[in-house]
Amino acid sequence: MWKLEPRTASAPWLNLTLPLLAIALALALCSGLIAIAGANVFEAYGIMIGSALGSELNITETLVKAAPMIFTGLAVAVAFRAKFWNIGAEGQLMAGAVAAAFIGAFPMPGPLAMLLMALGGAAAGGLVALVPALLRVNLKVDDVVSSLLLNSVVFFAVMALIEGPWKDPFSGYPISPPIEDSAGLPRLIEGTRLHLGVLAAFVAAGLVWLLMSRTTLGFKIRVTGENAQAARYGGIAVGRVIVLTALISGGLAGLAGVGEVGGVHFQVMSDLSPGFGYSGIVIAMLARLNPLGVVPAAVFFAIVMTGAEAMSRATGVPVFLADVLQGTTLLAMLVALLFTSYRIRRIGAAA
Amino acid sequence: MIAVLDQILQVGFLAAIVRIATPLIFATLGEMFSERSGVLNLGIEGIMLISAMTGFSAAYYSGSLWVGIAAAAATGALLGFLHAVLTVALGLSQHVAGIGLTLFSTGLAFFLFRLIFGQQATPPSITGFATVPIPLLSQIPVLGPVIFNQFTLVYIAILAVPLAAFVLYRTPWGLALRMAGENPRAADSAGVSVIRIRFQAVVLGGALMGIAGAFLSMAQFNAFTFGVISGRGWVAIALVVFGRWDPWRCAGAALLFAAIDALQLRLQASGLGHIPYQAFLVLPFVLTIVAMALISRNAVAPAALLKPFRREER
Repeated sequence: MWKLEPRTASAPWLNLTLPLLAIALALALCSGLIAIAGANVFEAYGIMIGSALGSELNITETLVKAAPMIFTGLAVAVAFRAKFWNIGAEGQLMAGAVAAAFIGAFPMPGPLAMLLMALGGAAAGGLVALVPALLRVNLKVDDVVSSLLLNSVVFFAVMALIEGPWKDPFSGYPISPPIEDSAGLPRLIEGTRLHLGVLAAFVAAGLVWLLMSRTTLGFKIRVTGENAQAARYGGIAVGRVIVLTALISGGLAGLAGVGEVGGVHFQVMSDLSPGFGYSGIVIAMLARLNPLGVVPAAVFFAIVMTGAEAMSRATGVPVFLADVLQGTTLLAMLVALLFTSYRIRRIGAAA
Repeated sequence: MIAVLDQILQVGFLAAIVRIATPLIFATLGEMFSERSGVLNLGIEGIMLISAMTGFSAAYYSGSLWVGIAAAAATGALLGFLHAVLTVALGLSQHVAGIGLTLFSTGLAFFLFRLIFGQQATPPSITGFATVPIPLLSQIPVLGPVIFNQFTLVYIAILAVPLAAFVLYRTPWGLALRMAGENPRAADSAGVSVIRIRFQAVVLGGALMGIAGAFLSMAQFNAFTFGVISGRGWVAIALVVFGRWDPWRCAGAALLFAAIDALQLRLQASGLGHIPYQAFLVLPFVLTIVAMALISRNAVAPAALLKPFRREER
């Protein structure tokens, strides 16, 4: 008979094993759907990966998709580390996008515009995240629900903006005015959409890792998350740490929006984000809240998202397989995480 | 202003409020049962969507709307069961599991719908529920057309509120459920199986969410579109908080926000008012956040919400 028993020591080898296990489990479950759709499982996955990584252009497209998810993944990873349950990365991303579109529409030298867009976008995202943090710290309001509901608040605010004052006066489309050409993030490789923001996302992952593992603030964030009571006894102002965490987390999510406006769409529309904020939760969990782990996790889902379209065209399997895979991976990872606190032991052959 | 008042007092407008409130009542009661037992179900948005899809498809192929409703309720119950396995049996974090469930069911709903119906120029539609006037009662002025000339599901929703209140406050099962959500340790000592009661509550809640979704695709829009739920699940999350986890207050909150929604639709259609319609749509969320800030000190939320229960841990 098998029994779950609490693990007494942490097992570092699980850090890499569990995400891979979760992905394998999700791929296996989704292969059932591919089979139901009447396609060959290996062919479908083959086309998915092959098309996402098949050519230089496709690789750059995949990286462009990965960038916002690296930012939202980092946003969630930082927040969850402090046990500040920020489910609002989606809204914070949109707030950052709106700020970037607003700033980028003013004529000014390119570098200055980009700098101000990044600062403004991060500030806007941070401000949105500040609401659930302040509510929790001062009034003990549950941050899960408040940050989730704020997504809808921001969404309707953005809709009012692009269907109201920002509406295109000529076409009547609900889109913001485009940013100035000079404010667009420069291309890293000519002829592709690979923009400076993608590089910034990778750099951000490194910086957030440094912040979390090498600075006092990072230490305070981790202690607050692990044991707020102990942190308080240790003289850490837990409330202030949570507010700072929220600002950093929201700022990172806001930068995801800046990258999408500055490097990909050059304006704000209602479907600017296909749920990058929620993907951030999947990615952060898969990365076990490690900022460096966020990068491969985001790239993996970017491959799935980019490759799903080619796979769908070639095999007829609906493109939404990518979305199912994301949800399944999160659930599988959640279950797999049980192995970090429990282990399976065999006790007595007969039961 | 006079014109607006005139609109509000129309019988058709009041009837529309009751109709718009119906899916919100089902969804909110579903979430309430789940949360009262101690389990937050953020999978609600996805559960409503996939149930709207399965309900619609079942009705489309069986030709029976009630088969569709049964399929939707079963889908919701099944996903509720999955949520219970993850959060109650395995004790995993409720909010992350809920978000995962929403992502999973949303993707699966789109996937299966595309698989079943292919990509069509005009989306498939069904002849949805027709209104069933109740003899005599529907003749009462104002009240008749507003309440007694509605879809059968509307009547069920209206009856579901006192029923939910009765079950929650007047039956042993309801008492056990509330104990599981307030003080699972005490419930356990009193011989209540916290795990079992939470499973039952989350599954029942899922079924109600499923019916809510099916109402939208089978009575309100008579078609399944990718935006058929468009945030109504999140609205229900807000309404449960706003309604302070009480069936009557929850239904009241649903009616209030249905009224705001109906007013918003009228204003949009009549071109009256210069307020952007989003200002109305955003109200449930803003008001709930404000309400959470105001009531937090009273601690009306189930005390054990979000806390997994493991019997061996003392």
